[in-house]
Amino acid sequence: MRRPLLEVLGIYKSFPGVRALQDVRLSLGHGEVLALIGENGAGKSTLMKILAGVHRPDAGVLLLDGAPVTLPSPRAALDLGIALIHQELNLCDNLSVAGSLFLGRELRSGPFLQRRAMEHAARAVLLRVGLDVDPRRLVDTLAPAQKQLLEISRALLGKARILIMDEPTSSLTQIEAERLFAVVGELTAAGVGVIYISHRLNEVTAIADRVVVLRDGRNAGEINGVDATNDRMVSMMVGRSLSGVRRVPHEPGEEVLSVQGLRTAAWPAAQCDLSLRTGEVVGIAGLLGAGRTELLRALVGADRVLSGSITCGGVLLSGHGPAVAAAAGLVLVPEDRKQQGLILSMNVRENLSLPTLRSRGVLVDREYERELTESKIRDLAIATPHGEQRAGALSGGNQQKIVIGKWLAAAPKVLLLDEPTRGVDVGARAEIYARLHDLAATGLAVLFVSSELAEVLTLADRVLVMHEGRIQGTLGFAEMTEQTIMTLATGTGAA
Amino acid sequence: MKKLIGIASLLLLVVVIASLLSRDPETGTHTFLTAYNIENLLQRIGMFGVLSIAAMFVIVTGGIDLSIGAVVCVVGCVLPWLTRDLGWSPYLALPAALLLAGCIGLWHGLLVTWLGLQSFVVTLCGLLIYRGLMRWFTHDQTMGFGSSGDGLRYLATGRIQVTATFGLPVAALLLLVVAILAAVFMNRTVWGRQLFALGRNEEAARFSGVPTRRLSLLAYVLCSLLAGLGGALFVLDVNSAQASSFGNFYELYAIAGAVLGGVALRGGEGTVIGVVLGAALMQVLSNAINLVADSTQLEFAVVGAVILFGAAADEGVRKLLSRRRAS
Repeated sequence: MRRPLLEVLGIYKSFPGVRALQDVRLSLGHGEVLALIGENGAGKSTLMKILAGVHRPDAGVLLLDGAPVTLPSPRAALDLGIALIHQELNLCDNLSVAGSLFLGRELRSGPFLQRRAMEHAARAVLLRVGLDVDPRRLVDTLAPAQKQLLEISRALLGKARILIMDEPTSSLTQIEAERLFAVVGELTAAGVGVIYISHRLNEVTAIADRVVVLRDGRNAGEINGVDATNDRMVSMMVGRSLSGVRRVPHEPGEEVLSVQGLRTAAWPAAQCDLSLRTGEVVGIAGLLGAGRTELLRALVGADRVLSGSITCGGVLLSGHGPAVAAAAGLVLVPEDRKQQGLILSMNVRENLSLPTLRSRGVLVDREYERELTESKIRDLAIATPHGEQRAGALSGGNQQKIVIGKWLAAAPKVLLLDEPTRGVDVGARAEIYARLHDLAATGLAVLFVSSELAEVLTLADRVLVMHEGRIQGTLGFAEMTEQTIMTLATGTGAA
Repeated sequence: MKKLIGIASLLLLVVVIASLLSRDPETGTHTFLTAYNIENLLQRIGMFGVLSIAAMFVIVTGGIDLSIGAVVCVVGCVLPWLTRDLGWSPYLALPAALLLAGCIGLWHGLLVTWLGLQSFVVTLCGLLIYRGLMRWFTHDQTMGFGSSGDGLRYLATGRIQVTATFGLPVAALLLLVVAILAAVFMNRTVWGRQLFALGRNEEAARFSGVPTRRLSLLAYVLCSLLAGLGGALFVLDVNSAQASSFGNFYELYAIAGAVLGGVALRGGEGTVIGVVLGAALMQVLSNAINLVADSTQLEFAVVGAVILFGAAADEGVRKLLSRRRAS
């Protein structure tokens, strides 16, 4: 039998106060797709960083083609053909496609760049991943899916034999993701080994030959791709099976949000009408760029509204900003948690109190702030040692709970969420779903955007499907299926 | 906190070195430590400290104000003009001059927040425009109060006698008041908290309902207002201002003091105590060079070297700490 491409034997790694990895093993065959899953903090990123030469293990052996190797630096890993494709893409937006492909290994004659030769070589390698763009185009003008493919072609240009992909589809739509899977299939056919890290279990089932599960820094099990059902994977990840999610729609009350003829700068020709009632949970589905995020941002006044009327809780909002919208009871948990949702360098307390901070006399009401912090940490089960912990040091799920918590403090009538569980691990995700259901039961109206159909189907009482800036159709609780949603989202059906 | 200890120890070090080196071999006294020198030093720290606190407000938002020296010049020329040439009461002239300074700040703020211009460009152009206008307005004549500013000059030159030989300069006391007000504003009010949030991540602050534009505007107004107050103190102190040179380079002293005191140029970070210590360090250094070297030729070089040393030490310590945390 041929030796595995990569073998990881008995890896240990500790950071001060944390045992990140203990006796972790895995092997990757030629042309195999190995999915690595686990909750946040299970040790996936540490293992990945060891393979990419960012961290060095305390103990353990790495075998490449059966020969032991050490990876003292990212450069060394690259030279051995191990390429890591980050969750947050590492591309310079202001470079051309060819320029970013050859960044750091430019073709030169003497001190001069050989642009022609690089563009020519770029075409060839782009073709391999099925990316048909002009190498002279600026990276800035590419769609997220194209950027992802560009990252992969950059790895291929570096003669990568092992690709490590960290949440590669987190900013892709279903269709784009499927294209990516096709590319992965072609690469593995050529013998490249792929380690695939994802929170999206449906993808794992679709793409992986084998699934390795990590829990608390140890191997928790291994499943063959064909046997990998969501239930089995989830129970291995969390060490217990999650209780089934509610499948009864909420009983909606009176209308609380009414939007008529709303036009945004992203789709000036399209108009949106929607109505939301108290106590209902409504999803917005659609492809990337369908105007979903822009709709939510316009509702709270983070973006300019071209025309149309927004009424929340009887208050007509026009020319408003997020503060006015919040006062009327309309708040947004934005798409980009790290950039828009939180101030990572501030602590949990300061983040939680930011929208509702008030004074007693001229000074900050610290008593209010302390109570708010304690109650939100408790109510939302935010895993932080104390309120003074830097928000950036927490896991994605806990960060998202802070963003939700700071807006719950404003006693909203309508809670808007944009991709509420992006980069959030399975356990925290279930907690967030449960909280949203509880809140809806108390009369809060929830409107959320999600690119994960499974999430829409789990959470929503009904779904609005957007296509090219307008609401293409509404599907009731009984009508929602992946099929009906995708039909509307691709613009092939109308309601 | 670590930054404060660092800057305080650096200040102490410079004071000790200055005291030792300034020993007069003939009389055996340490000229740095004489009551006369300390009084003057505290007065200068008072005046420059106000400018550094001014600079802090804008730097905390992530911007920069290069026109502080020019605003010093504007107030330095306008205040004597109001009292001596127009015969205004100094107690009316001072608020009027400060109002003018505040309006300059408002103008900067509007250009930065509503038009979206870079603060560097706005205030660099401001620097040139205001000084140019003042030279034209005064015909390059030296402006002074004569005897028209007499009561007011106490603010800058006054001493509150503590012992027979030592009097606490009123300017230093004024800095103390400004510093306490600024510290309370930054640390204990909602606006201060929001200003820090804005400086750290403007987008997230905006999404959280923080009125980011109004707060930036406020920062620019406060900055120019305090720069104006500094300008008033300087002209009240020396009783003469020439538009072509009055307040030259003061923006750099102000910014250097703030940065030395731990205000991060990327925004969102800084303490008022640190800024006061930073401004003090700048003045102690230049004073020490005067006393020890008996000339000012080396002043800029030494000041530059000390700031560079401070920045390098800060960065070095930070790297060391993060490496220890990572491994």
